[in-house]
Amino acid sequence: MAGDVILETRGLTKEFRGFVAVRDVTLRVRRGSIHALIGPNGAGKTTVFNLLTKFLQPSAGQILFNGRDITAVKPADVARMGIIRSFQISAVFPHLTVLENVRVSLQRPLGNSFHFWRPESGLNRLNGRAMELLEDVGLAGYADLPAAELPYGRKRALEIATTLALEPEMMLLDEPMAGMGHEDIGRIAALIKRVSANRTILMVEHNLSVVSDLSDWITVLARGEVLAEGAYSDVSRHPKVREAYMGSAHA
Amino acid sequence: MATETHGVSREAVGSGTLASSTGVWMLVGLAILLAAPFVLYPVFLMKVLCFALFACAFNLLIGFAGLLSFGHAAFFGGAAYITAHTVKVWGLSPELGILLGAAFSATLGLVFGMLAIRRQGIYFAMITLALAQMIYFMALQLPFTHGEDGIQAVPRGMLFGVIDLTQPLAMYYTVLVVFLFGFIVIWRTVHSPFGQVLKAIRENEPRAISLGYRTDQYKLLAFVLSAALTGLAGGTKAIVFQLATLTDVQWQMSGEVVLMTLLGGMGTLFGPVIGAALVVTLENYLAATNLPVPVVIGTIFVVCVLLFRRGIVGEIIARMRSRRG
Repeated sequence: MAGDVILETRGLTKEFRGFVAVRDVTLRVRRGSIHALIGPNGAGKTTVFNLLTKFLQPSAGQILFNGRDITAVKPADVARMGIIRSFQISAVFPHLTVLENVRVSLQRPLGNSFHFWRPESGLNRLNGRAMELLEDVGLAGYADLPAAELPYGRKRALEIATTLALEPEMMLLDEPMAGMGHEDIGRIAALIKRVSANRTILMVEHNLSVVSDLSDWITVLARGEVLAEGAYSDVSRHPKVREAYMGSAHA
Repeated sequence: MATETHGVSREAVGSGTLASSTGVWMLVGLAILLAAPFVLYPVFLMKVLCFALFACAFNLLIGFAGLLSFGHAAFFGGAAYITAHTVKVWGLSPELGILLGAAFSATLGLVFGMLAIRRQGIYFAMITLALAQMIYFMALQLPFTHGEDGIQAVPRGMLFGVIDLTQPLAMYYTVLVVFLFGFIVIWRTVHSPFGQVLKAIRENEPRAISLGYRTDQYKLLAFVLSAALTGLAGGTKAIVFQLATLTDVQWQMSGEVVLMTLLGGMGTLFGPVIGAALVVTLENYLAATNLPVPVVIGTIFVVCVLLFRRGIVGEIIARMRSRRG
């Protein structure tokens, strides 16, 4: 085990036909922390996420999870090891009900997911746990609604419930507040804070006030490289960061 | 909060009535199918049932797994050749011949699936088309398929050694049982733990992967099931018409099943049945006229896609839902 570091990258690099999207990124995420990845548009944050969850294959470098090299592991297997990601665009199953969305997550560990000859009602024993998870994120009243009919903020909450159903050791949240109104931001931030107990969260986020409230540690990316890292108070005073990030979009 | 809970119960009651209305429709459909041969020509009805099963099997893949195969003629026609050959030349009983046809298609489906499933969308469709064309050329060239002539005069024989399939009604009810078996397998698959995962993959594959599902394996199983049931339909058709020809295995057949499924309503259970019945009926009636059949069917298809994209059954379900809500 690598001490209290849960996820580590060494020299992580991704090239797309000559364009280097991510260059030599070394990241150390401490167990139990909320770690934020920030940076201007095009800094490579989402690419880093895709690399960590193996939706993209790195051109060079290593990824270690709990001290184990996962650089060659497939995305579904990364998830099975305990790293569950969310997506920038809310990722629900629109035509399944809210309850079914969560149940799909709970179903996998049962090992009956290839059973095409069994009735669906066998999944009903998961309903209790699914309802608990929905209550946890304030969606119990929407259980039988198709997920497509939820308002945007509620979809993000559903996504978090679906992720929590797997009891992941680590959650990767890609802009969980993107496109949200004020009220929703507060609710989701509180939710993230609450579910961060006993697990590690790595998040990409644009909203700096959310980042400053929530995160224990911040890594700033710019043009695919790590510009600075540290606590919010340190990072926000860093001259290069002010120039690259705060100076432009968020003065 | 109280109003929200109320909303849930109303929704639950609503889906309950929808489910029971499905049951009523199934019984009505079954009654019609049981009585039909006394009103309509059994051969026509059997053709409808074979194509209905074909379309249902195809719909399992496109409607519930989101995979558009453009090579299903290979499974339909391939099974027809295997059944026709094993029954006529090897002298097997019709049930064994049909089973062998379906088994052949399942195996072929496994091979096609493993090659095609790594690709998405149009690439997936193109790979299935290319593979199916290979089967077409084999059907054209291999000695046992008899090229342009096909395998003709396949004996219907005795089912399980006791039921004489040369009797039209016996043949009809046999086809009906085969169809119902296939339909029930599909219905069960759609409403199973596997079906639930399949729908999740159709809706959002990256999300399903990120929840730890190895989605390729699920898509492959769906592909094999679809191919096997398509083979069941093709083998049965070979016994009914006592014939296996290039028509069953050429690419137009792959297109026809797409048409039937879209016309009836992709992703609905009854849609493909209605679509198949409609297309087979039209073809039968138009064959007696001077109208160019493909042009008329093509026009209907274009109108359908423009006016009701969900297909006939899809539109009906959507209307019922919106009236309820």
